[in-house]
Amino acid sequence: MTLPSRRSALPGFSLTLGITVVWLSLIVLLPLTLLALRPWTLGLEGVWHSVTEPRVLAALRLSFGIAALAAAVNMPLGLLVAWVMVRYRFPLRNLADSLIDMPLALPTAVAGIALTALFAPRGWIGALLLPLGIRVAYTPLGIFVALVFVGLPFMVRTLEPVIMDMPRDAEEAAATLGATRRQTLLRVVLPALTPALLAGFGAAFGRGIGEYGSVIFIAGNMPMVSEIAPLLILIRLEQLNYAGAAALALVMLLASFAVFLGLNVLRARLRSRA
Amino acid sequence: MADRTPRGHALNVEMRGLTKSFGPTPALNAVDLTVRNGEFLAILGPSGSGKTSLLRVLAGLEFAESGTIAIGGRAMEGVPARERGVGFVFQNYALFRHMTVARNIAFGLEIRPRRLRPRAHEIRDRVASLLDLMGIGDLGGRYPDQLSGGQRQRVALARALAIEPALLLLDEPFGALDAKVRKTLRVWLKDLHDRIGLTSIFVTHDQAEAMEMADRVAVMREGRIEQVDTPDHLYLEPASAFVHEFLGEAIRLDCVVADGVARFPGLPSAVLPTSCRPGAAIALIRPYEIGFIVRPGPAHVVSVHANGPLKRVRLLIGGVGIEVLSPAEGWTPVVGENCDLELSKARVYPI
Repeated sequence: MTLPSRRSALPGFSLTLGITVVWLSLIVLLPLTLLALRPWTLGLEGVWHSVTEPRVLAALRLSFGIAALAAAVNMPLGLLVAWVMVRYRFPLRNLADSLIDMPLALPTAVAGIALTALFAPRGWIGALLLPLGIRVAYTPLGIFVALVFVGLPFMVRTLEPVIMDMPRDAEEAAATLGATRRQTLLRVVLPALTPALLAGFGAAFGRGIGEYGSVIFIAGNMPMVSEIAPLLILIRLEQLNYAGAAALALVMLLASFAVFLGLNVLRARLRSRA
Repeated sequence: MADRTPRGHALNVEMRGLTKSFGPTPALNAVDLTVRNGEFLAILGPSGSGKTSLLRVLAGLEFAESGTIAIGGRAMEGVPARERGVGFVFQNYALFRHMTVARNIAFGLEIRPRRLRPRAHEIRDRVASLLDLMGIGDLGGRYPDQLSGGQRQRVALARALAIEPALLLLDEPFGALDAKVRKTLRVWLKDLHDRIGLTSIFVTHDQAEAMEMADRVAVMREGRIEQVDTPDHLYLEPASAFVHEFLGEAIRLDCVVADGVARFPGLPSAVLPTSCRPGAAIALIRPYEIGFIVRPGPAHVVSVHANGPLKRVRLLIGGVGIEVLSPAEGWTPVVGENCDLELSKARVYPI
């Protein structure tokens, strides 16, 4: 790294860098350090036991698995919505545009209660699904529905500017060169959007792992079946088992970090080609 | 080199009565145009004259509401862009940014159904020879973002030529380039066209570009074709006041036509035979087509500037200022004195 020369456009390089470093330390690094230090009062073996209980493993599997699944489903779904919002002009488009943000604007508990009411066995959709033998509320499927709901805006908002930026004539060029619509989509449009799709996946996935409010109402929270990891952390806190809660939190932190690192490496590799 | 040059089978293009509108304004208004085998045709017009619409309708990217197109005798009605075999070079090149230059050029071949697709090594050879033809043989591994404007232009052209199109369409091919590169590429593209002999149509708003490169120029205005002719004829015999003024600087003089002659209110000596219909009319004349008559007359000399082989003379005729170019070695008007003008080269158009 080289420091910029004296004549920089922005004044006060040392001041701004100083504030940035202090801020990052206070807001990000300090709490994370504390979190990393906290569990070890249990001893190495204690930490290991506390995070390898079957109930904990089930909760971690559920949280990460369903967050990944929901984020994956949001990729085609979000692409479709973002495409329509950018490329087409239709009545009430502005209304539709603000509706996309609703899952973010809503207090998560409100979203949770609304979804539960909708998907409960006597709810509008739940009642329709029940005769088919599909139960959504109080099952892992309910968690999936909630995470798709809260993840969609992340995917849409990540993709929109990229689609807007994508030159339309590239698709026309593909057509004049003999490409079918399918070939244009697979060879021209999707490759151009892959980095943004990965970024959107990361954002939706991150939100999904941490999502609490909208999930706990619809999940039913049955240990080993539909209990998410953040709820387990809360339960341990309520039992005054702070070290155990921190141990679980640390595992989630490391796992999330690994996932994001992987996504970033993948995106960097894609970008270095272009 | 010459034997590796891809040779398309040049086809002619017939457009009849093409009409298309955006809202109330017609983008194309009953356009008839024939492009001959191997011809290099320019479509020239100001922005909004419908020239790009015409090109896009030809390529099948947009559709006319009425009228017909035939390429090489084959009717294009209902034929989608991908089946027209028309090479299109977009104004901003529209390269695929996530593909290398070589992959961009190979695209049109690689997407063909298996039975029509050349073998991998044939595709590689074709790409290599196109890169050579474009003079960018060493850029095959680069990505479009790593190229200059002129290089991207050549890649876009190579990509369009790779599918061996029957017809090549170029939308403002030099629009996005700076003046110097533009000049070099003009000569190069003209030369390339003459070598591969492909029927080509390019759109431009720059009259110098059209006149320099094209075999024939079609001048468009408000969705109509005003005149189609060789650059020489177009310049010497503009069919309308619009064409006359669009092709270069012109002096506009009001006149009145009666009994087969045009008379000018402030210039009693100028009497011009014309076939223009009687009534108020305008006469257009290029600044260097006006001659001086050395005798007192209605033109008052305001200033004289020597400018290389020509001199610029500013005159006032009945309160209207005009600027005349005349050879430096000819008679030099004296500032402050009056003289008469010779207007026999003026062309008279109805208003």
